[in-house]
Amino acid sequence: MYLSLSDRPSAARTAPTTPRRAPRGRVARLVVTLGVVSLLTDISSESVSAILPLYLTSVIGLSTVAYGFVDGLYQGVSALVRIAGGWVADKSGRPQRVALAGYGLSMVARVFLLFAGGVATISTVISADRIGKGLRTAPRDSMITAASDPAHLGRSFGVHRALDTVGAAIGPLLAFLILWAIPDGYHTVLVVSLGFAVLGVVVLALFVPRDAGGVQRHEQVHWRQALSGPMVRLLVVAGFLALLTVGDGFVYLALLDSTDAAARWFPVLYVGTNIAYLALAVPMGRLADRVGRTRVLVLGHLPLAGAYVAACLATGVPGALAALALLGTFYACTDGVLAAVAARTVPDELRTSGIACAQTVVALARMGASVGFGVLWFAIGPQQALVLVAGTLAVAVAGGAVVLRGRP
Amino acid sequence: MTTRQRLLVLLVAVLVVATGSTAYALAELHRSRAVSTRPPTVPTTTRDALTGPRLVFRHTGLDEEYGVVAEVPLDDPGGARTFTDVSCDRVYATATAASCLRTKRGVVTTFQEVDLDADWQQVREAGLPGIPSRTRLSPDGTLAGSTSFVTGHSYMTTGFSTATEIHRVGGKSLGNLETFTLYLDGKRSEPTDRNIWGVTFAADDNTFYATVATHGVTYLARGDLTKRTLTTVADKVECPSLSPDGTRIAFKQKVDHGSGTWWTPAVLDLSTMKRTVLAGEARNVDDQIAWLDGDTLLYGLARADQAGVTDIWSLDVAAGAKPQVYVEQAWSPAVVR
Repeated sequence: MYLSLSDRPSAARTAPTTPRRAPRGRVARLVVTLGVVSLLTDISSESVSAILPLYLTSVIGLSTVAYGFVDGLYQGVSALVRIAGGWVADKSGRPQRVALAGYGLSMVARVFLLFAGGVATISTVISADRIGKGLRTAPRDSMITAASDPAHLGRSFGVHRALDTVGAAIGPLLAFLILWAIPDGYHTVLVVSLGFAVLGVVVLALFVPRDAGGVQRHEQVHWRQALSGPMVRLLVVAGFLALLTVGDGFVYLALLDSTDAAARWFPVLYVGTNIAYLALAVPMGRLADRVGRTRVLVLGHLPLAGAYVAACLATGVPGALAALALLGTFYACTDGVLAAVAARTVPDELRTSGIACAQTVVALARMGASVGFGVLWFAIGPQQALVLVAGTLAVAVAGGAVVLRGRP
Repeated sequence: MTTRQRLLVLLVAVLVVATGSTAYALAELHRSRAVSTRPPTVPTTTRDALTGPRLVFRHTGLDEEYGVVAEVPLDDPGGARTFTDVSCDRVYATATAASCLRTKRGVVTTFQEVDLDADWQQVREAGLPGIPSRTRLSPDGTLAGSTSFVTGHSYMTTGFSTATEIHRVGGKSLGNLETFTLYLDGKRSEPTDRNIWGVTFAADDNTFYATVATHGVTYLARGDLTKRTLTTVADKVECPSLSPDGTRIAFKQKVDHGSGTWWTPAVLDLSTMKRTVLAGEARNVDDQIAWLDGDTLLYGLARADQAGVTDIWSLDVAAGAKPQVYVEQAWSPAVVR
């Protein structure tokens, strides 16, 4: 099989560099602005996520089963909305508006969360929040692409994801700080969360131009071009690798199995992953610009295989930290880079749809992987299952690396 | 809009948000401080720890003793309560030991499982992977079984489950019950979505019961610690609690109640497998029931009008019996004889 993931299709040449694009060497102001919007929004959403289980069980009085239902909604809803958001953004040529709608919806959901008191209302509010997240992600990444110098696109995404992750780190800390001072201060957390959501929307509305990411159409572009050969190949490769991406939860559970210290720190293991992601997002983006984004995207799955193995072998704190660091490295290599590669694989007119497609395929494949891996986990045991997936992943990456040799 | 105007609007927004949320937080802080320095409204006493037959529970009055473990004598449950030095979200005790699950608040909030001796001195401490849910000791106080909601949330996907583990009090873990061999309706089974919660021990320190859930169905499973097996013996049983004579299981049974999840207390006779749903309790009972004696159940219920405050209610096991408040401002009852 010959796989080609060329960086840019020759068809449908589009608008030349827009005036807002940053001068060479500097990260565009718009990228930083969008990073700040994400930072504020992530403080808002992650502060609620961190306390939601406690809030639901201790104040609202939901029990295990009902909570599982809410949690399932939480992750399932957003994947498909993403494609719709991408399509609308491309069709209208106004990604800013779609993003604003997405951020706005999540903000409104937080207002309702203040008053939600039962399973049904909380589920509805959380679904609305996730729909908002689904709507905004691809248009935002599309605006980042449009504002960036193509040679430094990886770095731009790195900067954005680093800012985003700072928010994801501050959110839980802030929430627990509030609960520390006010033991039953769940409503205070919700109020503060709403405040940050409002600020995120305000910054977006004020400082992201309405025409950001818009594309002037030079020629007729057919929607089918979004699924051109190179794009399909990207989706196949990314989707295949995502099928071997079984979810952080299993890495944490394996650590729980193998390491005594993990039980104590289990609820905050994701913080370790976030720190590594935060530290490496920019360096990996730069690396991707230098040695090829597709290459980093594919090879970036090796740290994931490493994390699986480390989680099995870990017997103490160093091993556990290594697993978390590798997991963070994987996200740094792949999360922003995937958007960057997808954005450069489709014509500019279909950029948002292209990003949305790639992200949705990966998200759905990962959900499938988690379900499938659950079977393996019980059938052959946690450690064996993880090592098996790590081995398969390494082979898949090696195969991909050989096939993609010489590609940017 | 010019850049200057935009910055002005942003400044105003930041000021409004900062002022509003700070004012709210300060008001809440003030309210919370006022609550946490208030003396209890229920009668209390400072005499030495109780030794006779007593009820051990978590005090839930909105006052300075909120969350602290307290005791009252069984012959005067409404009388003055004695406070221990221990705070727990969930507590269980026997004459020789106690088990306490608690939330350790901080910038990183974690959860702990603590074993204590008869004098409430800590003998073991271990991390819990999630929010405390249930804990039980074997009748002789040598085994502990605890359940927590695993909530470690991850970056892109999350999994929800309960983690239930049994350990020797003050000693080694006997493992997560998910690793036990499961026999579902007589057949060895390995469902991937299994969740296990609510352990209750028999007197032989080998047999125990717990709820196993898979594919949306809940089962009562009998566990064997030596063989490391779980065998289902009935369905639709949650949070089992073995009677003092070991012949019956009190539990919460899911009932059809329009929207949402609704549980009613029920009792299952283990020899005849006949179940009695105690519909005299019309409210939603989400607790692991305790046995006060051979024919009275105890369980906690949240007050509808006061967030965080709960009461312990008693209910006769006869069908149609009506519940009564047993101890007010209390949660997580454990009967010590």
